[in-house]
Amino acid sequence: MRSKDEDERSGLSALLRSAELDTRLLGMFGALIVIWVGFNIMSDGTFLTPRNLWNLSVQTSVVAIMATGMVLVIVSRNIDLSVGSMMAAIGMFMAVLQVEILPDVFGPGHPMVWILTLVAGIAMGALIGGIQGSIVAYLGVPSFIVTLGGLLVWRGVAWVMASGRTIAPMDLTFQIFGGGARGTIGGTWTWILGVAASVAIVLLLWSRRRQRIKFGFEPRPMWAEIGIGAAGVGGVLGATAVINAYPMPELLARKWAEENNVAWPAEGLTIPLGLAVPVLILIVVAVVVHFLATRTRFGRYVYAIGGNPEAAKLAGIKTKWITVKMFMLMGMLVAVSAAVSISRLNAATSGLGNLTELYVIAAAVIGGTSLLGGIGTIPGAVLGALVMQSLISGMALMGLEAPYKNIIVGIVLVGAVSLDSFYQRKVTK
Amino acid sequence: MTTPDRGTPLVELRNINVAFGGVHAVENVSVDLFGGEVVAIVGGNGAGKTTLIRTLSGAHPADSGEILIDGERVTIHNPRDAKAYGVETIYQTLALAENQDAASNMFLGRELRNHLGTLDDGAMEDATRKVMARLNPKFQNFRVPVASLSGGQRQSIAIAKAVYFNARIIIMDEPTAALGPAETAQVGELIEQLKADGIGIFLINHDIHDVFDLADRINVMHTGKLVGTVDKDKVSKDEVLAMIIMGKASRDVTESDIKELH
Repeated sequence: MRSKDEDERSGLSALLRSAELDTRLLGMFGALIVIWVGFNIMSDGTFLTPRNLWNLSVQTSVVAIMATGMVLVIVSRNIDLSVGSMMAAIGMFMAVLQVEILPDVFGPGHPMVWILTLVAGIAMGALIGGIQGSIVAYLGVPSFIVTLGGLLVWRGVAWVMASGRTIAPMDLTFQIFGGGARGTIGGTWTWILGVAASVAIVLLLWSRRRQRIKFGFEPRPMWAEIGIGAAGVGGVLGATAVINAYPMPELLARKWAEENNVAWPAEGLTIPLGLAVPVLILIVVAVVVHFLATRTRFGRYVYAIGGNPEAAKLAGIKTKWITVKMFMLMGMLVAVSAAVSISRLNAATSGLGNLTELYVIAAAVIGGTSLLGGIGTIPGAVLGALVMQSLISGMALMGLEAPYKNIIVGIVLVGAVSLDSFYQRKVTK
Repeated sequence: MTTPDRGTPLVELRNINVAFGGVHAVENVSVDLFGGEVVAIVGGNGAGKTTLIRTLSGAHPADSGEILIDGERVTIHNPRDAKAYGVETIYQTLALAENQDAASNMFLGRELRNHLGTLDDGAMEDATRKVMARLNPKFQNFRVPVASLSGGQRQSIAIAKAVYFNARIIIMDEPTAALGPAETAQVGELIEQLKADGIGIFLINHDIHDVFDLADRINVMHTGKLVGTVDKDKVSKDEVLAMIIMGKASRDVTESDIKELH
């Protein structure tokens, strides 16, 4: 006879199955909540404050933007070890362009300065990715080797470009990408975005359900649809409220009042900063890459190559060209991260993004991407980056020194993958 | 069964040569196939049967020789070309993307898209369900990765793919190698169904009993060369076995050769 405990467990898993929830993603949400609550207790309530969560969101974006691309690279049974060095080379290139070259052509502060800088940076990312991807695809050199070479080459290139100098400061408009004082979208737009995202969630669920009914497939039970919709909308609106609960520092608020001719009241002004631009960029990137991965032929082929490269080839897929395009996408995402990074630091050095490749790979892997290929999701990788950054900033908040952080992140990486493969074995058995 | 004059064959492979670095994997081989017919290609390991057929499926082009479909000369450089001529291949390894579901595999490389140009998973699943309802009504696992399916279920996805895309010529490379007896019988029924629809089938198989059950004509290959083509009804299994093992044409197979086999 089965124990009551077992009955309950199988009841729960049947429930989850009928709701078609991604149990792995749910588990990661659970882990994130445990980490957050744990740090909040240990840091006497300073972790779960709007200020800390706002900062956490900004700190996560650089790694998370690249992790979305890394998922596809790893899913296709490749790896990209060069993203940290590429970030330095592209960041340095963009810094030199906007600080030393373009202002002489257009004049300082001209809009073409930041526009051309960004376009050229992304083009450079696509080019580097294209070169590395072509060597992998057409010459058949393993991506581990190609990008290990890239790790050395691009770091060196970053140094050569400015002979090791630090390039600063960035163009004023370009600095918006970094999410500093000027790089937020304000409280009103944050709410507009939050409401728009909520509407999008409901519409997506509804159109999916309609699609299923159209073809006569069994739709998800109504309670699950409503539950998922409510959780999604609640999560989005909750996050919006938390973001908007973080006010401008007084100095900035005074400046704002001055610029807008508002008298400074005695009790001070509480003006929400709103969503930081790097987080907005991350959201856009994640939605776009998730769309590519799940709704286009390109994405389907990347996953097919990871599932069985021979089958993909025999199905008539141009697997080599897909590989090149995927590495180009990775390069462009590195350029976006580089733009965020140099404008956040308001400087570029050849040491930019040192060891970042490992954090990016770790984020993808903690987020459920299998190094054997074929398995991985974009939302998982973003969540993985958030879990990792939560650990890092939580420990910083508790005053632990950097080496301790690396010890913990390393243990969590191995622990998460062990737990995952244990769980996978159980599921497939 | 075979009549001397049946018009133009559906497929003709003429004087096909394939070499791998000086080794002649296929040497001057010619075979043909008519609609509604199953033609087997048999031979030991390394006889060149898979290499020969890969020139038709587009997996590996021939060094020289001609391929004719409906009497017209065609060039096949890759699997896409082959599919354009209605040639579908069911590979020994089944060639399925293990991490994807039945519908994704069935439409791999030829996905259905909606008016926005994005993947139409609903339509693909719907089409897969309809083909499967005809071929293998018991199949119900439409939303799980094919890695978790049985050999027979995986085989039915591969065959469904050929049927859905209106194949005129189907190449089956060891279709029953991974299957149990019941599933093998099921594949046999499927082949009869396909034949009745006028589809021509090239069957590559190790198992001489399966070959005699399924094929109309048998091509025997030995070390890259065609030993001979025989009508199933006019030869014994022993004669074909002798051809496979000794590489002798059927008329040269003697009683003592056959005795030697046993």
